[in-house]
Amino acid sequence: MLIIDENKCTGCQKCIKVCPSEGALVIKGKVVEVDLNRCTLCSACVSICPVDAMQIKRKAKTADTSAYADVWVFAELDGEKLKPVVAELLGKGRELAENLKQNLAAVVLGRSLEIDKCLDKLAAQGADKIYTVADEIFADYSTDAYTYALSSLINRHKPEILLFGATHLGRDLAPAVAANLGLGLTADCTGLSINEEGLLLQTRPAFGGNVMADIICPNTRPQMATVRPNVMEALAPEPERTAEIISEKVKIEEDIVRTEILESFFSDDGHEIGIEEAEIIITGGRGLASKDDFSLLEELADALGGIVGCSRPIVEKGWMPKSRQVGQSGKTVSPKLYITCGVSGAIQHKVGIRNSDIIIAINKDENAPIFELADLAVVGDLYEIVPELIKVIKSKT
Amino acid sequence: MKFIVCVKQVPDTSEVEMNEETGTIIREGVPTTLNPFDEFALNEAVRIREQIGGEITALSMGPPQVEEALRKCLAIGADRAVLLTDSAFAGSDTWSTSYTLAEAIKVLGEFDLIYCGQQAVDGDTAQVGPELARLLGIPQLTYVEKIEELNEDYIICKKEVDEGYQRIKSSLPALVACMPAPDFQTRIPNVMDVMKAKKKSLLTWGKDDLAGDPEEYGLEGSPTQVIKVYPPPQTGEGIKIQESPEESAKKIYEFLDARGGGLIC
Repeated sequence: MLIIDENKCTGCQKCIKVCPSEGALVIKGKVVEVDLNRCTLCSACVSICPVDAMQIKRKAKTADTSAYADVWVFAELDGEKLKPVVAELLGKGRELAENLKQNLAAVVLGRSLEIDKCLDKLAAQGADKIYTVADEIFADYSTDAYTYALSSLINRHKPEILLFGATHLGRDLAPAVAANLGLGLTADCTGLSINEEGLLLQTRPAFGGNVMADIICPNTRPQMATVRPNVMEALAPEPERTAEIISEKVKIEEDIVRTEILESFFSDDGHEIGIEEAEIIITGGRGLASKDDFSLLEELADALGGIVGCSRPIVEKGWMPKSRQVGQSGKTVSPKLYITCGVSGAIQHKVGIRNSDIIIAINKDENAPIFELADLAVVGDLYEIVPELIKVIKSKT
Repeated sequence: MKFIVCVKQVPDTSEVEMNEETGTIIREGVPTTLNPFDEFALNEAVRIREQIGGEITALSMGPPQVEEALRKCLAIGADRAVLLTDSAFAGSDTWSTSYTLAEAIKVLGEFDLIYCGQQAVDGDTAQVGPELARLLGIPQLTYVEKIEELNEDYIICKKEVDEGYQRIKSSLPALVACMPAPDFQTRIPNVMDVMKAKKKSLLTWGKDDLAGDPEEYGLEGSPTQVIKVYPPPQTGEGIKIQESPEESAKKIYEFLDARGGGLIC
C-alpha cells in the first residue's frame, strides 16, 4: 500500500498531477492523502515526489486470489504490426482460457492508428476481448509509461494470468510490472499448462538448458510469465472471429518517463525477414576459417531458399551481425530445416534450435555434441561437402 | 560518484547435470565462477571510476562461500564489498532476491548508479535488475552494451533492443543491466591487486542488519515455487553417415527429398 509521510509532504501536489487514478490522491489541509481503494500502486507519485514523502509497501501476496479471472496476453507492437510472438501467446492463451473456462484477452498499448490496425488480427488469432490504451506517449517504448499503464489495467480488471513474449521489450517490461505490483514472474517459459489445482504450471529451462524446472505461483495474481518466441504454436487465423473492444483511459503525464530515446539504429542485415521467421536456416560456426567463407553458406542458402545464421563465436569475431546469431544469447528458431556447418553444438546453441523440424549437422569431429540433436549427422569437411551439395541441388532443380 | 555493482556467484553451467534417480541437481564438484555478465558490469564500473572518480561497492547475496567471488571483485577493482548471507535468505526467487538487495542498498545509503549483469548464466531470468530498479523507484536501462556518457545529472547508454540498438538517456540515480561486449576481456588482477584486496572492507550482513519485512525474504517470501526439476527430454536418435563428400552430398539430398515435405522441389 501507499504510505505518505505527513511530516515530509510539502503539499506541492506534483503527485496529484501525475496520478493516473483520479481521486486516489487528494489534498487535505496542507498535505496529500491517499484513498487506498482508488490507488493502483502504479508508483508514479513515488518517482515524482521531490521530498521522498511517498513510499509503497509491497507484499508478494495477493489478498483475494479468487477475485481474479481471465487470461491476458500483452500484444507487443513492432511499428504498425504485431510481433509474431503475440499470435503464439494467443494460441497458447486460448488453450489455457478454455481449460479455466475464462476469457482470453489481448492488451495493446500504442497510438490509435497502430492499435486500430491490429484489432482484427488479435480477434482472428483468438482474443475474446481486447483492452486498448491509445496515447501518443506509447509511440516509443518506455519502461515507465508502459509499466504504469499496465499496472493500472491489472488493478482495474484483475486478470488471473498475464503472458508476455520473452523479447527484449517483454523481458524489460514484465519484471518492472511484477516488482511494481509485488507479483511472481517466471522467465522465458517453454511450456505452459493448467494443473489439477487450476494453477498455471510454468516450464522453463535453467542452467543453460541442462535442467528443466516446473514452477507455480500460488499466492499472487495475476500469475505472470514471459514466453520464449517460436515455441508455442499460433492458431490458424479465423478472420470472421470478433472480439469485444474495451477502450481504456490511463492518465500518464510525460514527467513520469525518466528516459529519453536519443537515437535508434535498426540492424539492417540485407534480409527482408528476421532469422526467427525463416523456414530454412544454414548456420555456420567455428569450423569456418574466415569471414569470406560464409559466401559458401550463402550460396547453399540461395539454392535452398533459406538464409544464413551463425553461432556465438562468429558474432564475437565480428563476421556476422548479432541479429543472425542463433542460440540462448541470440535468437530461438523453429525452422522447417536447420543445417549446421562446422558448429560444435554448445548447449547454449542447442537450446535455441530444439524446435526445428529437421536438423542436419555437418562437422569434421565425429563426437561433436551437435550430432546428438541431428536427424542426419554428416561426419566430414564442410569445405568439401557443401560445394558438392550445392551441385546436387542445382542439378535437380 | 557512488556505484553499486550487484554480482552473483554461479556454477559453471556446462558442468551441471541432473541425478535422474533423485531428480535433483548435482552440485558437488561443480566449479563456481563470478557470473560473466556481472564481471563485465564490474569491469565497466572500474573503467568509469578511473575516468571520473568515485567509489564502487560490490554487493552479493548467497551462501558464505560467495566471499570468494567478492574477493575477486575487490581484486578487479571494487573498493568495498557487502555479502548478504543468512539462512533466512535461502531459496529466494527473483522477487525475494530483488527485495533483499533493495533493502541492503537502502542501508548502504545514497548512490548514483547501480550496475547489474543483464542476466546470470545459471537461471537466465534477467529479472533481478528490473525488479530491483522498480523496488528502489529508479529508472532501469536493460541490455546495455556501453555507457557513452555519465555525469552528475544524467547517463547516456547504447542498448540493444529487438530491432537493433538505441542510444538512451536517463536521469540519475539509475540502474544499468549490462551485456558483455563481444571483445570483452576482464582485468586479470596481479599480485599487488590481490594483496590490496585483502585489506579492503568486506562486510557480512544478515537479516537483522536490514530493515525489510522478514516475511518477504527467502523461500517463504518467494511468490514463485519450483515444484519439480528434471533433465530435458532426449531427442530421438538420428542417422549418422561418414562417406566421401560426393556420397555425403547425395545422401543429404535424398534425406531432404524423403523427409523435407516439399522443401526442395
